[in-house]
Amino acid sequence: MMELVCPAGTPAALRAAVEAGAHSVYCGFSDETNARNFPGLNFSTEELTEAVAGAHKRGAKVLVALNTFPRAGGEKLWHQRLADAEAAGADAVILADVGLLDYAATHHPRLRRHLSVQAAAANPDAINFYAETFDVKRVVLPRVLTVQEIAEINKEIDAETEVFVFGGLCVMAEGRCSLSSYATGKSPNMNGVCSPASHVAYAEEGNELAARLGGFTINRTPKDRPAPYPTLCKGCFTSENQTGHVFEDPVSLDARHLIPALAKAGVTALKIEGRQRSRAYVAEVVRTFRAAVEAVEEGRPMPEGALARLAEGQAGTAGAYAKTWR
Amino acid sequence: MELTVGPNLFFWSAAQVRDLYDSLVSAPVQRVVLGEVVCSKRMSFWTDQIPPAIEKLQAGGKSVALSTLALITLKRERKMVGDLLEMGLPIEVADIAALRLIPEGTELWISPLVNVYNEGTLRWMAKRGATRICLPPEMPVESIATLARAGAEEGVAIEVWGHGRLPLAISGRCYHARLHDRAKDNCQFVCGEDLDGREVDTLDGQPFLAVNGVQTLSASTACMAHQIEALREAGVQALRLSPQTGHFADLCQGYADRIAGRISGDELVAQLLPEAPGGRFSDGFLHGEAGAEWSGRTAAE
Amino acid sequence: MADHAPSIPRLPRLVGAAMRPLPLMPVSIALSALSRRIAKRHASMFRRLGEHGNKRFALDPTDLPMVFLMDLRGGKVRLSAHRTAPPSDARIAGPMAGFLGMMHGAYDGDALFFSRDLVVEGDTSAVVALRNAIDDAELDLTEELAEMAGPMRGFLRAAIAQAEKQSGVVLHRVDTLAGGWT
Repeated sequence: MMELVCPAGTPAALRAAVEAGAHSVYCGFSDETNARNFPGLNFSTEELTEAVAGAHKRGAKVLVALNTFPRAGGEKLWHQRLADAEAAGADAVILADVGLLDYAATHHPRLRRHLSVQAAAANPDAINFYAETFDVKRVVLPRVLTVQEIAEINKEIDAETEVFVFGGLCVMAEGRCSLSSYATGKSPNMNGVCSPASHVAYAEEGNELAARLGGFTINRTPKDRPAPYPTLCKGCFTSENQTGHVFEDPVSLDARHLIPALAKAGVTALKIEGRQRSRAYVAEVVRTFRAAVEAVEEGRPMPEGALARLAEGQAGTAGAYAKTWR
Repeated sequence: MELTVGPNLFFWSAAQVRDLYDSLVSAPVQRVVLGEVVCSKRMSFWTDQIPPAIEKLQAGGKSVALSTLALITLKRERKMVGDLLEMGLPIEVADIAALRLIPEGTELWISPLVNVYNEGTLRWMAKRGATRICLPPEMPVESIATLARAGAEEGVAIEVWGHGRLPLAISGRCYHARLHDRAKDNCQFVCGEDLDGREVDTLDGQPFLAVNGVQTLSASTACMAHQIEALREAGVQALRLSPQTGHFADLCQGYADRIAGRISGDELVAQLLPEAPGGRFSDGFLHGEAGAEWSGRTAAE
Repeated sequence: MADHAPSIPRLPRLVGAAMRPLPLMPVSIALSALSRRIAKRHASMFRRLGEHGNKRFALDPTDLPMVFLMDLRGGKVRLSAHRTAPPSDARIAGPMAGFLGMMHGAYDGDALFFSRDLVVEGDTSAVVALRNAIDDAELDLTEELAEMAGPMRGFLRAAIAQAEKQSGVVLHRVDTLAGGWT
């Protein structure tokens, strides 16, 4: 069966994910060492240790994301977190930075390394580079490839691949985007946040809800229409005389129907985005996807299930997996 | 402090490219990076200008390197790295994937589009052959100073983004084609219509970003006119000037004058603002603010 | 695939009307007793709030004739009822069933926000922190009230279950994992 890799922002969400059928859960520490450094989210070392023990007892794995780019002069924190993850019994760490990969390979050789999507390794050369140089066992592919391209890549590499199947969608090459810091001073690479809530302001203006990020208007939504969070690249903008979603529509990824094709393409694991979401969300999405991968495994038709209401923009897209996306 | 001219990020005609590099032969810059960074589909239109430009620039005393693409995806794009190697020049690595295709021992310059945020990564790159690293534009000055110290120990020169619209993101999707309701594979090279990128404003009319094919830039033009002392203090060895339309060689001269102390920051700003794409400057990244912030009083909203 | 938001039950108008004449003082006293109890039993919730643990949150159930203020300043929890929204760092407005459903793990806060069932104003970071802290605490209002009710707990549980069935409002934790797992 394809491995289902599920998000957990809190110990409660981790338990919910495992109970709902996650094969693996990924999470991070409560600091800037991971790319979901949001207020009130993530794990202390004690919480992680307890969560790993509980997950292992139930046959699930725990993967720890250390996928920001360590601050110059501050690498010690990331190094400490590698040691903490290993001590807690984590099954793998998910890394993006070359320096940190090098350090992990040297100082924690037995701790399995996955390459984070934040490294945006989108071709066989990049993947083989990380696999050969830092003994990376699995690569999380960026959300910019078609199923066909993923199949081609899998033929040329010596590492497992993991692809996103549900949740938020990055339209830019991950780990190579400074839109957020341009507007707010805080970026995914340096601070583990994108379009951070601390810089979001909503204002009811006339019949519209204006959502601003760092003073830049990202969306204006008529009253009573779904209101997307002001993520920069999903905003509505004007260019010359055109107005619209210049970069990406405010939709989220739902690639459930592509699971059979992804299996055929040689993908090892399916990843659900959303460590910032609630345990209710995690439980429902994981349950739905577990049923889907079981159906695929047994050659049954894909069970239908309504997840759209949980999605941003309340609509799903197959995203880049369909080439027309470009 | 030295000056490096970065690769032209935009889709210009062969004649415009030739004029740019002709004008740089006698400009007060130490080095020039050539090559297509953003989109391989543009290459057949202008890259035959590269060999003569190399010859002229070298004759003018400049060091020259060739840049890889920022996002190598297709098979033919992977092969292109081999073509670059044949020229026998240092390679500027703009996609880490290129490292697997470049033999050990090749002199490497690291592009600001490759993530070097800390000493560990810098040291690894130095071991792999990097002699120069242009840091990511979003990096604050304290981090730059730390890396400049590490660079000095490793024999790696540290460069920062000096002038030009900031390269903020790269994508598999072409926004120029999307704005023209075209598929990427049938783009008809519409990015060639916007020589400094196509501006994207907010719904409230604030200038915000600019698109350049698969690349997203800032609407404002980054300008380090007021930051020369801070950067020198941090140990920065070179400023990167990114080609834009207008009198680019004069822009290089302006920065050289500013570095030599012949003109002030305000004077340089006054000289450059009329030709700045977007008509507005920014330098906020350096002090950890939003990148769009500007330290001067001349911000024209 | 359904592309609509879940419909959040609104409290019957009658409930709101019945509550209108309620004196606020006893409501506030009862709420404070409840919140002190929750604070004591779920201390990790306040650790999770971090720097946002000294803020004031206005919780505005749009189908009730009152606004609740959760004041965390001074390391204490004070919950009080008001006729109009008092000054606060952040305000969250929406149907009462939305608040209770989120607290009980039945609804996802982001989804309610995307569908505009919930409206957030003010310090968005603080709201995110609060949402995450409450989500991790796995609160169960029925159990908290039942414990407080002492010998009346059996009766209270039955009454709440009945109210839940009638109204469709989620009044107990819906995901019944054993909390604390080791």
